[in-house]
Amino acid sequence: MKFLVCISNVPDTTTKIAFTPDNKEFNKAGVQFVINPWDEYALTRAIELKEAQGGGTVTVLNVGEADTEPNIRKALAIGADDAIRVNAYPKDAFFVAQQIASIAKDGGYDVILMGKESIDYNGFQVHGMVGELLGIPTVAPAMKLDMSGNTATLEREIEGGKEIVEVNTPFVASCQQPMCEPRIPNMRGIMTARTKPLKVVEPVGDAPRTEVATYALPPKKEGVKLIPAENAGELIKLLRNEAKVI
Amino acid sequence: MSVLVVVECDGGEVKKSSLEVASYGSQVAQLLGTTATAVAVGEATEANLAQLGEQGITKVLYDAEPRLKDFVNGAYTKLIAAAAQQEDSKVIVLANSNIGAAVGSRLSVRLQASLATNVVELPKNDGGQFTVKRGAFSGKALADVVLSGERKILAVKKNSIEALHEAGKTAQVESFSAQLTDADFADAPKQVIMQEQTGGVLLPEADKVVSGGRGMKGPENWNLIEDLAKALGAATACSKPVSDVDWRPHHEHVGQTGITVSPNLYIACGISGAIQHLAGVNSSKVIVVINKDPEAPFFKAADYGIVGDVFDVLPKLTQAVKELG
Repeated sequence: MKFLVCISNVPDTTTKIAFTPDNKEFNKAGVQFVINPWDEYALTRAIELKEAQGGGTVTVLNVGEADTEPNIRKALAIGADDAIRVNAYPKDAFFVAQQIASIAKDGGYDVILMGKESIDYNGFQVHGMVGELLGIPTVAPAMKLDMSGNTATLEREIEGGKEIVEVNTPFVASCQQPMCEPRIPNMRGIMTARTKPLKVVEPVGDAPRTEVATYALPPKKEGVKLIPAENAGELIKLLRNEAKVI
Repeated sequence: MSVLVVVECDGGEVKKSSLEVASYGSQVAQLLGTTATAVAVGEATEANLAQLGEQGITKVLYDAEPRLKDFVNGAYTKLIAAAAQQEDSKVIVLANSNIGAAVGSRLSVRLQASLATNVVELPKNDGGQFTVKRGAFSGKALADVVLSGERKILAVKKNSIEALHEAGKTAQVESFSAQLTDADFADAPKQVIMQEQTGGVLLPEADKVVSGGRGMKGPENWNLIEDLAKALGAATACSKPVSDVDWRPHHEHVGQTGITVSPNLYIACGISGAIQHLAGVNSSKVIVVINKDPEAPFFKAADYGIVGDVFDVLPKLTQAVKELG
């Protein structure tokens, strides 16, 4: 079975967010980039399923410029077999989805996995767009994924509960915990990752449909009002009379 | 050319987030000089749908097909696309929920529309440029996004828009059929499992949340969190370390890789306030932090704080809420 795992290159989760002086772009200076944490679930689960099936391939796909390659190599070190980088800045979700759909179609992949959303843009859009572009089902967000032959059983999170869904390959799923315990690379993986194939292709498709005009930081809080612990009940009065939230 | 609003219903009732979406949609309609039509999904009653008039909706389309009671991505997408075609809608508004995002992303391709999710304010339509504000970087930033093309889809973040209530106004409910076939139900759920919610309050929909961290010392102490939540009519939540060690179920985990909540009131008990946790809660209107460590970083993000032992403070708060009556 052929798995395609889409990964996004995002600022580390502890990053303090800052923008370029014109507020049009994220300021990358001094920032550590990581594989999007949600995508790690997709990657590890694809590797686990491949191992359980005793065959098949896991291809990792990233839409990004050359500076994303260290994290693509990391995905190869975790256990993907080969990688494709679409050589373009990921302008918006629709632009990225078109790249994924084009590669998925040409490569005849059975299962297309990605994280629920990226932690930088938080679009939560690409999965559905890819499914629609390819005319195949999407299950999002998926908390569990098991395969039996060409049929997948997934748990889809809905507000307040979950649905058990069965779909046949090919399909798209966006992944989140508790799907699996994301793996970290071991020394052998890191060594073999250096020689695994990483193909670079140029982007295709139509122009993006959205554009960020400006970024801004959220308004700052005024500061905390402390209430002495021995007088804790006072807090409830403030919440009713001052903050008016209860 | 009306604005189309997707309204999610559950057990006959319109979800709270959908009342906000309906209010958002009717205000967009006003901005564009047109009316707002809703298309309802899930289990609804005609009386509850007619009440959407209070949120400024003129007409509600409803397909009573029983298989639409549960979320089916294929069928919902087709139904909403058909409604958008019939109404010739240039703007479609839905909730930034799991359902809204799953359907909205497919619709955007099918209808060749531009899509913005996580929208937190009404759009601006100046000189032919359609701009919305959305949350980005897990709540650590806001972005003004320009949407191009003739059609736009907006997924509105919960609790970012005040629901309108114009008493007495009713919407006209019309039956609607998208001619759905079995193929549209290919991803229909085999089974739906709902979790038990503390006091029946659903965390993603809650406007008050009481949340516990490692400072609660163990799952056996959660009655303190639950008691306060029940007294307030709040949902319960937890930090990532707590769900990682299975003190609480995963669906209660709020934070960067868990649920993002934006309630009116978030009370954090024994949570230090790691940046990843703040990312999931920092768009809450009022944040209260209770922690015995005065250096806990969460105090910097809080509106009110109590430096003290949660085991001493929580029962006092529950008592004070009960005394309010």
